Amino acid sequence: MASVSVCQYHSGGFSFENCKRNALLEADINKLGFSSPAARKTGTTICGVVYKDGVVLGADTRATEGMVVADKNCSKIHYISPNIYCCGAGTAADTEMTTQIISSNLELHSLSTGRLPRVTTANRMLKQMLFRYQGYIGAALVLGGVDCNGPHLYSIYPHGSTDKLPYVTMGSGSLAAMAVFEDRYRPNMEEEEAKRLVRDAIAAGIFNDLGSGSNIDLCVITKGNVDYLRPHDMANKKGVREDKVYGRPVTGSYRYKHGTTGVLTKAVTPLNLEVVEESVQTMDTS
Amino acid sequence: MSEELFPEPEWLSEEVKTGTTIIAVTFDGGVVLGSDSRVSAGESVVNRVMNKLSPLHDKIYCALSGSAADAQTIAEMVNYQLDVHSIEVEADPLVCSAATLVKNISYKYKEELSAHLIVAGWDKKKGGQVYATLSGLLTRQPFAIGGSGSFYINGFVDAEFRKNMTKRECQEFVVNALTLAMGRDGSSGGVAYVVTIDKDGAEEKCILGNELPKFFDE
Repeated sequence: MASVSVCQYHSGGFSFENCKRNALLEADINKLGFSSPAARKTGTTICGVVYKDGVVLGADTRATEGMVVADKNCSKIHYISPNIYCCGAGTAADTEMTTQIISSNLELHSLSTGRLPRVTTANRMLKQMLFRYQGYIGAALVLGGVDCNGPHLYSIYPHGSTDKLPYVTMGSGSLAAMAVFEDRYRPNMEEEEAKRLVRDAIAAGIFNDLGSGSNIDLCVITKGNVDYLRPHDMANKKGVREDKVYGRPVTGSYRYKHGTTGVLTKAVTPLNLEVVEESVQTMDTS
Repeated sequence: MSEELFPEPEWLSEEVKTGTTIIAVTFDGGVVLGSDSRVSAGESVVNRVMNKLSPLHDKIYCALSGSAADAQTIAEMVNYQLDVHSIEVEADPLVCSAATLVKNISYKYKEELSAHLIVAGWDKKKGGQVYATLSGLLTRQPFAIGGSGSFYINGFVDAEFRKNMTKRECQEFVVNALTLAMGRDGSSGGVAYVVTIDKDGAEEKCILGNELPKFFDE
């Protein structure tokens, strides 16, 4: 029975042939001693919390490529619709494109229904797309927004499962952030308390996880209003180098005074060049 | 082999599974479904309060186990198909119809999916029924258990189940079984969700960890 299904070509449904090819190529390259280029991942700590009037989403701003920081200030909170935003962890390209596709489809849907889109609609679209690709799209998302039924918060995993919860964290720093949430979350918080809680949770991820770092972005969504605070908190500011320590100048500046290096000899040789041909071509800039 | 300063946490690539203990039992006049609430990805718990008892229709529920994505998707697809079906026949769907829809999906895609759903409910024709749909088979049973935690309570349910229990006795039986399984299985835990379905409708209840019955615990 099993051999029959292997020979038969699946009619319909997504074809994962290229995934098998990629796995074979990866094995071949590794045998030769090289490693295939790493996709840029967002490492990341992202989280969200539901409070009295709405939802607060938070994210760090570091994007990594293997062991190197590729982007010190990337934006991980993506726009889905005027009342719905989505944080993304995992492969940066996947989260970026997935949220853009769903944002576009949701706008068309909203024009078709004539209503403000609901968070659960965005959730359904995202989970159905991710399930279709069986986890090969590496996008782990925190989706939050306020619609006619109140504030909602969802976490969406790369294989297509979702959880609807009052507070969620995702990314490599999620355990550090969840520890902060489990300690200090209360239902129906005020806005300032909720913002402080999210800021502290992301900070826990930034300082205790190597894949997260730089600044903290927040997005506060309430009924009819969105505050996109980027950056909300610059947790890691680049320091200023000391010019003098104990009165003695320290190397920090590489600008040297004119005349620091002594000139021994100076020789000038003029190069006589003749103009042989000169032509002008006009460009049509109308 | 490049060294990893911060190796990607395994749960980012690991599929989210529901670990789980699920159970469905018939009593005189209906069914009782029960589940734990733990969802794990590798060794990390990603949701400690997930309700794995998913409504397929007013008086038909299913219990999810296995891969979270696969199980949620099957439940949502069958929910939609049952909605359409019940409008077409202008009546409440039979539990057997719901179970057959689940079985059809589980069987057709059995190589690709790894989820097991237990379907249970009440209808006018045959009263309370429980169907198991593991690997695409369809079998009606007086009770069914599933999930990783079910292995620990096979002996318990075989010894303690009686036909024609009252609603109260049945709920107690389900809660006891869940408690024992959650106590021994690492992938099950959290709170216990219990749904009771009879001719008057479905009643959902959540029993917190400290309200569960106490068994031998030294």
